[in-house]
Amino acid sequence: MKKEIIFNMKSPYRDDFRIHAFSFGKGAKSLAIVGAMRGDEIQQQYICSQLIKTLTTMEEENKISPDCKITVIPSANPFSMNIGKRFWALDGTDINRMFPGYDLGETTQRIAASLFKAIEGYEYGIQLASFYMPGDFIPHVRMLQTGYEAIEEARLFGLPYVCIRQPIPFDTTMLNYNWQLWGTKAFSVYGGQTNNIEDQSTNLTIDSILRFMKKIRVIQNFKQKPGFHAMIMAEEKLITVKADKGGIFYRLKSPNDNVRAGEIIGNIIHPYEGNIISNIISPEDGIVFFGHNKPLVLQGSPLFKIIVD
Amino acid sequence: MIKTVVSSALPIDEKLRIKKNVITNGNSKKRICIVTGTHGDELEGQYVCFEIIKRIQENITMLDGTIEVYPALNPLGIDSITRGIPNFDLDMNRIFPGNPDGSMAEAAAYAICEDLKGADMVIDIHSSNIFLREIPQVRINVDDADKLIPFAKMLNINFIWVHDAATVLRATLAHSLNSNNTPTLVVEMGVGMRINHKMGNNLVDGILNLMNNIGIWKDKIDAKLIAEPTVSRGDEVIFLNAAASGIFITEARNHTIVEKGEEIGKIVDPLTGKVCQHIFATQKGLLFTIRAYPVVYEGSLVARIHRL
Repeated sequence: MKKEIIFNMKSPYRDDFRIHAFSFGKGAKSLAIVGAMRGDEIQQQYICSQLIKTLTTMEEENKISPDCKITVIPSANPFSMNIGKRFWALDGTDINRMFPGYDLGETTQRIAASLFKAIEGYEYGIQLASFYMPGDFIPHVRMLQTGYEAIEEARLFGLPYVCIRQPIPFDTTMLNYNWQLWGTKAFSVYGGQTNNIEDQSTNLTIDSILRFMKKIRVIQNFKQKPGFHAMIMAEEKLITVKADKGGIFYRLKSPNDNVRAGEIIGNIIHPYEGNIISNIISPEDGIVFFGHNKPLVLQGSPLFKIIVD
Repeated sequence: MIKTVVSSALPIDEKLRIKKNVITNGNSKKRICIVTGTHGDELEGQYVCFEIIKRIQENITMLDGTIEVYPALNPLGIDSITRGIPNFDLDMNRIFPGNPDGSMAEAAAYAICEDLKGADMVIDIHSSNIFLREIPQVRINVDDADKLIPFAKMLNINFIWVHDAATVLRATLAHSLNSNNTPTLVVEMGVGMRINHKMGNNLVDGILNLMNNIGIWKDKIDAKLIAEPTVSRGDEVIFLNAAASGIFITEARNHTIVEKGEEIGKIVDPLTGKVCQHIFATQKGLLFTIRAYPVVYEGSLVARIHRL
């Protein structure tokens, strides 16, 4: 294992800001993995730490394939994580909205540029990402349709679903989008949650990445666990069920649960009087793909996304 | 008349309401919209809304058409000194034209956009952020420059910056409206969390001048009183970014001509008493942006100069 600092910056009052990269094997740039870019992506960083531990052992046991280099960057934002902020602490900017970065630009553009330089040119790229709405998912691979997306290879993770969607203008500054445009087969893996490292989905995500590594032959002599033959679905085909009232949300169905048309899948409860003011009804038969997981909801908030096809 | 554009229940005994004041007089069907408060830390537009409503109501017979004033597209943000929408990850000015099936914020953005469509002119007022102080200026996407510059010149501002058509900016309110044939001018002025009355009054004069020129306001404003802005096109803007982390101190004044090699400011270390970096103008030009918030990291923007 080779450990190096790919970005170092002095802070006015804190310790230096550092981004570490851990590399395994030698030769062709085969796979790069990026963990936390936001300060609350603790599960994402934890998954990377476990992969680094596993790959360290594998390298000692000659299980990294010849002419394959794997690089893992567990965190691009330890500063925000250390003080409990999601975005860059000084100005609130999001590193994952700064790609491909600019080495003469603003601070987070420079961070993104250094990170991108370190992971550019790899054949495959995995980002452990988090969603902009509060909730949990069925673990899945998510990709933007840039025209370069490698949908069939996304199935090699063996996760149940591959979710694809058309990019909107704001997406053009994300890592996944730019990685694809620069020739890397890029996948965003959503493990389910962000803050919880003891969730079952954490191990599922680690297993899926190891399975993917075996399938693309960057690791060898490794017995992977069986996976799913993923269903590929377009995000716009998911049915969104929204809150018709604001209040306290009581979720009755979780990701991966089957639901029937007309079934009550959640309640909204009056915040003072305790009675149910709205039953959340599934409009169709399907499987819950995403579920809001905070106790408070605003009127109009998406509460569930349901797979109906 | 006060109208509610968006109404949505918050979890506990409160409604989020995005409101506008609609003032109509005369027979003209023309409509101008003044919108601001997208970012909760930008307050210059609050004074402009107050002042323009006051002046129009005091001289209502001069109005021939409709003016709609939206002081707070992000009322929760303004009320809680939060730049973004509280409890929402994305910058509100990066989610337009919105999505009726999306989150509350995306649905609100959609409703706002639909409400503004078809106006004869929209003025979207911003005031930088807490980090940078800006001279009064209009920013225009290069794709809309020919159409919008004549109107921007009516606004009594000092500077027009025609910038590149970055893909990410397609998600702004102004781009969404301009691409739907609703002409929209973006004004940037002042600094976050503060109000500069003089800048506000000048812009109000400019808005009334623009209204006069498009036939909504009968009182003609003396053209000599309207500022002639510098127009910056192409590659004429120089960015000065910090090369060191520390505290930025400056004696430089915005809206002045700086010479090549002139010191704009320095970055110092309060612990050691050392100067970490002297920042010099790399070209002669108009200083139109200067850093207001002293703490800087490597890369922080400290000044922008329009090359002369």
